[in-house]
Amino acid sequence: MGRYFRQRTLQSALSLFGLIVLVFFLARLTGNPADLLLPVDTPQSVRDEFSARHGFDQPMIVQFGRYLIELTQLDMGYSLRDGHPALDHVLAAFPTTLLLSFWAMLISLTIAIVTGSIAAWRPGGLFDRIASLISLAGASVPNFWIAIVGVLIFAVWYRVLPTSGTGTPLHWVLPVAVLFIRPCGVLTQVVRSSMIAALSAPYTKTARARGVRTRTVIFGHALRNAMLPVVTVAGDQAAGMINGAVIAETIFGFPGVGRLLIDSIMFRDFAVIQAAVMVTAIAIFFLNIGIDIIYAILDPRVRHG
Amino acid sequence: MTDVAHAGMGDARAALSRTADVFLMLWRDKFAFVSAAFLLFVIYVAIFGPSILPDGALTMNLRARNAPPFDLERGWVYILGADNLGRSLLARLAVGARYTLLIAGSAVLIALVIGTFFGLIAGYRGGRIGTIILQLADIVMSFPSLLLALIVLFVLSPQVSNVVLVLAFSRVPVYLRTCRAEVLEIRERQFVVAAKALGASHARMVFLHILPNALPTLMTLATLEFAAVMLSESSLSFLGLGVQAPAVTWGLMVSDGRGYLATAWWLSFWPGVAISLTAISANLLANWLRTVLDPGQRWRLEKRGES
Amino acid sequence: MTQSLLEVSDLSVRFHSRGTIVDAVKNVSWRLDRGETLAILGESGSGKSVSAAAVMGLIDIPPGEIVSGRIIFGGENILNLPLAAREEINGKRIAMIFQDTLAALNPVYTVGHQITESMTAHGVERGEAKRRAVGLINRVGIAEPERRFNDYPHQFSGGQRQRIMIAAAIAMEPDVLIADEPTSALDVTVQAGILKLLKKLQAENGMGILMITHDIGVASEVADKVAVMSQGEVVEQGDIRSVLDAPRHPYTQRLLEAVPGRRGYLQTGATAGDLLLEVKGLSKFYDLTSGLLKTATGRKIRALDDVSLSLSKGEVLGIVGESGSGKSTLVNALLGLIEPTAGEVLFRGQSMLLEDQTAMRALRRRIQVVFQDPTASLNPRMSVARIISEPWAIHDSVLPRGQWPGRVAELLEQVGLSPDHAARYPHQFSGGQRQRIAIARALALQPEVIICDEAVSALDVSIQAQIIELLKDLKRQHGLSYLFIAHDLPVVRDFADRTIVMQSGQVVESGRTQDVFERPQHPYTQNLLASRPKEERHRGRALETLK
Repeated sequence: MGRYFRQRTLQSALSLFGLIVLVFFLARLTGNPADLLLPVDTPQSVRDEFSARHGFDQPMIVQFGRYLIELTQLDMGYSLRDGHPALDHVLAAFPTTLLLSFWAMLISLTIAIVTGSIAAWRPGGLFDRIASLISLAGASVPNFWIAIVGVLIFAVWYRVLPTSGTGTPLHWVLPVAVLFIRPCGVLTQVVRSSMIAALSAPYTKTARARGVRTRTVIFGHALRNAMLPVVTVAGDQAAGMINGAVIAETIFGFPGVGRLLIDSIMFRDFAVIQAAVMVTAIAIFFLNIGIDIIYAILDPRVRHG
Repeated sequence: MTDVAHAGMGDARAALSRTADVFLMLWRDKFAFVSAAFLLFVIYVAIFGPSILPDGALTMNLRARNAPPFDLERGWVYILGADNLGRSLLARLAVGARYTLLIAGSAVLIALVIGTFFGLIAGYRGGRIGTIILQLADIVMSFPSLLLALIVLFVLSPQVSNVVLVLAFSRVPVYLRTCRAEVLEIRERQFVVAAKALGASHARMVFLHILPNALPTLMTLATLEFAAVMLSESSLSFLGLGVQAPAVTWGLMVSDGRGYLATAWWLSFWPGVAISLTAISANLLANWLRTVLDPGQRWRLEKRGES
Repeated sequence: MTQSLLEVSDLSVRFHSRGTIVDAVKNVSWRLDRGETLAILGESGSGKSVSAAAVMGLIDIPPGEIVSGRIIFGGENILNLPLAAREEINGKRIAMIFQDTLAALNPVYTVGHQITESMTAHGVERGEAKRRAVGLINRVGIAEPERRFNDYPHQFSGGQRQRIMIAAAIAMEPDVLIADEPTSALDVTVQAGILKLLKKLQAENGMGILMITHDIGVASEVADKVAVMSQGEVVEQGDIRSVLDAPRHPYTQRLLEAVPGRRGYLQTGATAGDLLLEVKGLSKFYDLTSGLLKTATGRKIRALDDVSLSLSKGEVLGIVGESGSGKSTLVNALLGLIEPTAGEVLFRGQSMLLEDQTAMRALRRRIQVVFQDPTASLNPRMSVARIISEPWAIHDSVLPRGQWPGRVAELLEQVGLSPDHAARYPHQFSGGQRQRIAIARALALQPEVIICDEAVSALDVSIQAQIIELLKDLKRQHGLSYLFIAHDLPVVRDFADRTIVMQSGQVVESGRTQDVFERPQHPYTQNLLASRPKEERHRGRALETLK
């Protein structure tokens, strides 16, 4: 158990570190990061002064050390727009995105497990064929287009849902809908195929031969095993929520990290972009550890490995 | 029993009947058949579409501004309506198909080649190099692809070539991991051990024994990935970080039409339909490929009564 | 006649799979009485498991379809019972154990949970069930039952898992126990233990056992009656001794004829040919490592420990051992696939562990190999012609390319296939035919030694006999020598001139096959031979007395 966690945590930490390195070098790829961190019309003298103050004129390795120290002190620079710490902007926006992702993930998983399991019960049956086609379409249709069609139908034509803001629960309907469709399609396919495999697995047959009640066979034996691949894919999908959040928050004017990111790109506010990326990466780091814990709880072979 | 089933296949006829077999198996799965036909159509349009369109379809035409769809008064070219500058949406879609397919196609191809190459090394050589390659792939993979593309394209400029490279880069790990897993499994199979015992060279083992057996999985994956990459590209274009005008992709068209949603919904609607149908087709075709390329599943689509 | 415990009559089951209909069993009838064991004996594809699956209600409908028949148990027809009534019988009155113990136990639950579940599913109170489960684990012969209760299936060995499965099956003291190839995946010594356990349990509670097996030895060991199945039909049934001693149906006669170990020992030519292969003190140790950095722990696994053997021209050397005995490591070392830690391999006096690649390749040509699994040992994407000519592509000086097709045709004929098979692909052949292709490939370089690594173990008895015949023919024609590695003792007994026995990487016994089988010196060999079903021992004895 301990070894498994050490190894997985180390791996996640390596990924996080890799990303930190990537962002550092990316910022220096274009030359002086001062160009990214300062407004376009800054005079050269100010640029030079800024570079010197942040050590951008020093050797790469010194810069990298300094960058790491600043990161550990949670110093991620200041926003160009209002001069506030970049991290404050991100932390203010983060809960919204988290909540949005949570609801989308919860709905995705619920629908996927129910639909996928029913479809797996009679593979090739009518329900299975319809569910497979819909889940495949759900995984294929671009979410920004769903958002636009949603706005068109529910806001423009029928005027039943608001298109922007976070005021009421109704404001959440369209963003969550946009966010959950693709993961839901992907997860339904995974639940279906792993459930089909589990239902025809020898241990399911043994359970039936021992006279275990059908309900226990399906939910206790088959579904429990089928959950293993689902947990892995759900983890990937949860990490990918930020992809959808960028789209949904932009379209629906939702004050989350995704929107902040796009706005910062418009303003060329690199410090905030960098902070948003870091915070997201750290969140994914913890998500991965959580997924590893769930996996180990579900699969004794991993625990004892 | 199965020996007799295939006995009819002679040496000379084998190649010819193989093509016929593929077609028959495609015909048997109606979804896959329609998907393949649709993809071929889209490819045809992307290559020849712009050249067979009547003159003027792509030039501004203020009288046709936001012309509604299904109105044949202006001729068939305007069947899907016209955009805010009076350009035929059908014609724009054809031009967009070219960019969209080209970008997604080249990104998939680049990622496939690079991913397979490193996957072969990681799987066949293993050892420390294999571990390092895999670790690097995990780092790239653990981070959401859209976010990665956003910051890279922010720092670099969003030219077509950069968009392709970013999309390819973020998908390399998928092929790498798959290829490595396949190699690890195939490498232990007895026919590979048999070849090794015969004294086969590394090149022979990799390119004659391992790669041909890994290829079906990789081709299926590439088809699936084509849909995924096209969706990523569309998202980037939609957010304004993909290709820039005058180049046009379907995602960019959806984005351009957003401002006219209340007055001319078709501007955003049709390109989205094009993206969706293409992605769905690619996914359905990938499902079919998975069935056909898996010898244990293949019988499902083979000729009836033969076995 | 009084009513039987379980009676299957006139059962026909069909499977529908896209457009084709397979008659899995046709008009099968058999009966099982209390305290009695019935063996259903058949080769793969004979439909031997289908009637048992029907008894347990495990046939999925569709694609299965029960065309006709009745299954009478406890005075009523239990075929097509409603689900609830079915669940009342399964596990409580009729229980079943399976072959693949790792797959048949649920990996995510403790074995204790699974045994307990067998009882709680039938109304036993949980606490009581747990207490009884610990007793059951003890009863099937697993030490420390309280501790092992909370272990997971993967923490047990194959034989122990089968014991756990038996514990779960007998928890409700069923009237009938169905055992589907329960020992086929296990080593012979482990198999003996399981069979003994089943007999002991039967004596204790008088249940009827239905034993499904392909192994005549196993059937004769435990069964009172036997039903022989072929192509979905029961071709012969009756008292086990009379069927085995005086088979009436031609199929049974052919099957028994094919069973190895009935022919007597080979008369070894006292004048052995030149010494071909010589292994001296061959060892292979693996360091045990731990942690991320794979640091050595100082402990070693001795996969091969000071193994010596020799093989002369025209000789068959049998190498016998159970799993973990080091057989495969030995093969890999001889094929140059792994580097030994110590020792020498000489071919005609020349070392085979040299650095010089060209010299090595020339030497290696003289030794070829045929593997166990004929499906896995042929590249599915190559035609038969390409598979057989691959050795010439690798050793490019042997045969000019123009002569390849002609030589492939010759080789195919030699192994009993037709030259027009050359254009086909491996999946178009049966298992036995694939093994013939693998043999043709091994012959391509005209070797002097062929290593047969469990080459007939995966094949049905009748196919196995044909392949052995082919190997004998080829040996006569080409003066070949074989290193014949097998876990199946009767095959070795039939085919090998000399035999060595391996255990934990060491050679514990070696000598003339007859001596090893008749007068084993080492305790391990004695135990191994004593573990054989008595039918096999009986066969050997009968032959001896005949002489």
